[in-house]
Amino acid sequence: MNDMQFLTWVRGTGLDIALSIFVLGVLWRLFEIYSLGRKPDLTAPRHAAGASGLHTIFRRTLPAEGMLKRAPVSIIGGTAFHIGLAIVVFLFAPHILLIKNLTGLSWPGLPSQFIDLVAVVTMAAMVVVLVDRINKPVKRYLSTFGDWFAWTLTFLPVLTGWMAVQHLLLPYTTMLAIHILTVELLLVFLPFTKLFHAFTAFGSRWYIGKINGHKGVAV
Amino acid sequence: MSASLEKGVRVLKEVIDAPMASYFNSCVHCGLCAEACLFYTETGDPKYTPIHKLEPLRRIYEQEYTLLGRLGKMVGLSKPVTDDELEEWKELVYNSCTLCGRCSAVCPVGNDIAYMVRKFREGMSASGHAPDGIIGAVNRTVTIGSPMGVKLPAVKAQMKHVEEDYGLPIPLDAEGAEYMVMLSSMEIINFPEYLAAIAKIMHQAGKTWTLCSTAFEATNAGMQIGNSDLAKLLVSRIVDGAEKLKVKTVISPECGHAYTALRWEGANLIGRPFTFKVQHIIEVLGEFQEQGLLKTEGFETDKLTFHDPCQLARRGGVIKQQRNLMNMVSKNFVEMPDAGYMNWCCGGGGGASAIEEGEELRLEAFKKKKSQLDTVKPDRLVTACANCRIVLEEGLEHYQMDIPVLGLTELIAEHIPDQTGQKGA
Repeated sequence: MNDMQFLTWVRGTGLDIALSIFVLGVLWRLFEIYSLGRKPDLTAPRHAAGASGLHTIFRRTLPAEGMLKRAPVSIIGGTAFHIGLAIVVFLFAPHILLIKNLTGLSWPGLPSQFIDLVAVVTMAAMVVVLVDRINKPVKRYLSTFGDWFAWTLTFLPVLTGWMAVQHLLLPYTTMLAIHILTVELLLVFLPFTKLFHAFTAFGSRWYIGKINGHKGVAV
Repeated sequence: MSASLEKGVRVLKEVIDAPMASYFNSCVHCGLCAEACLFYTETGDPKYTPIHKLEPLRRIYEQEYTLLGRLGKMVGLSKPVTDDELEEWKELVYNSCTLCGRCSAVCPVGNDIAYMVRKFREGMSASGHAPDGIIGAVNRTVTIGSPMGVKLPAVKAQMKHVEEDYGLPIPLDAEGAEYMVMLSSMEIINFPEYLAAIAKIMHQAGKTWTLCSTAFEATNAGMQIGNSDLAKLLVSRIVDGAEKLKVKTVISPECGHAYTALRWEGANLIGRPFTFKVQHIIEVLGEFQEQGLLKTEGFETDKLTFHDPCQLARRGGVIKQQRNLMNMVSKNFVEMPDAGYMNWCCGGGGGASAIEEGEELRLEAFKKKKSQLDTVKPDRLVTACANCRIVLEEGLEHYQMDIPVLGLTELIAEHIPDQTGQKGA
């Protein structure tokens, strides 16, 4: 298989397989989790302004009172790479084109030079949180194979995408094919690793907001 | 009813629900919950990271309710939870967790960790891994009626004292009263001022109230140990009493977990909504204050600060009332750092204070409260939970800090003018 055939495969069959596993995996995992249900709360509710599941989905995006000071690296690094990933994935013109081809949906992108900068910042932030995971006793203590694996799965597409655009190390075609392959690996594993928090975090925030909203506590 | 690992695992399988599944899948091991937990911040030991306290429960979830987990269990990739492991986790689930909920408050993905620890305790207790101290309190509650072994004659003796000292009647089993007042054992034994304060406040407000001879104890050791059957039994005593006396509102005393048990778990435990309202005494005082039914005179002039009981504020949503009440009787009320919603636990809630072997750790964790107090340097410390009060007093004594602790209800009552006439009644 030469470079072109490799690229054709990852763009065709490879992508189909990865997307199928991703979509079915996400649906299965969501069903597996949320079909467990929960018992209705029979206690009398106490209503308060700003206390609800929906409020909490947004509110938890910002750090809780006093936490920025206690864990600046986790919070600043974590926020930076999440925003960076969102920008790179959804606002890079070639990505939008791909999404348009797959779904018909389209929106304006950002200039390529800006995306370059964001990619570099994202990778830097990811390296910082990785070092923090190694250095901080609590994070090291909590870490399992899944944490290092999930970090690698997320980091590789950013690195290879950036290298492809910069024409670094390997010919563009090869690097692009590798980039697409790493994205496919990410899609395949996302539903079955801690990366699935990309979906469940909204459900979790909603539940805690709902439970506390019932008590009139805005969280 | 004997405890066994098998029973514990079965109970844990039952308590796992969609919120818990969502929470376990959302954790990214960021470790922020550790920074919110006083057992971690004061010891620096990572094993006290709140989400780690749930590890055996997480594995049971994974092995029973996820496809990959079930496969892993079948081929022996994921090891089953054992008695030894649960025994090791006892310290993490009870001694070093007061269900204070600070971890739940800071989790960026929204995991309600305290909610999960509360449920994990159901399995710990069913598998025989609850601490002796709490088991003792539970047994006394079942056989005698209160965790500290207080019986009705002790309550009656106290009623008589208050009636003699203040000239105010303490109604018992008065049918049709608006309020049924609950007590905690701690108040009956250590803080008789509470009952006197209630009598003065109710008299001034012109409200009818009563104690109930079959349901005077509000604390719920069943909830603390994690035994819903028992928690239900204890709540049922109160429900039966309140319905027999046809009261409109049951007042939970200055006790955080009694409030959570009755207000936020009660109806779910007995499986139907209550026919009466449940309020914490601080909510009632707040209402009286708003309605002009609470009239005080004079002010404290020494420096006072307020310790928010976790179950009242963070887990219960009562935050403003205590501040309005403090300002009503104090000219020099100063807040501690993190006061209110994010206040730090006394270190002894959720049954932890009943665990003898946990004392050393509790005192270590108390350094957080000490540092909060050192910032403010109050002359006296006010709170609204008898258990916080005892734990605070122990901690203050250990660190040789001369700061008296008092209950907010009694502080308010001290400022109610003497009522010799029929004022308000």
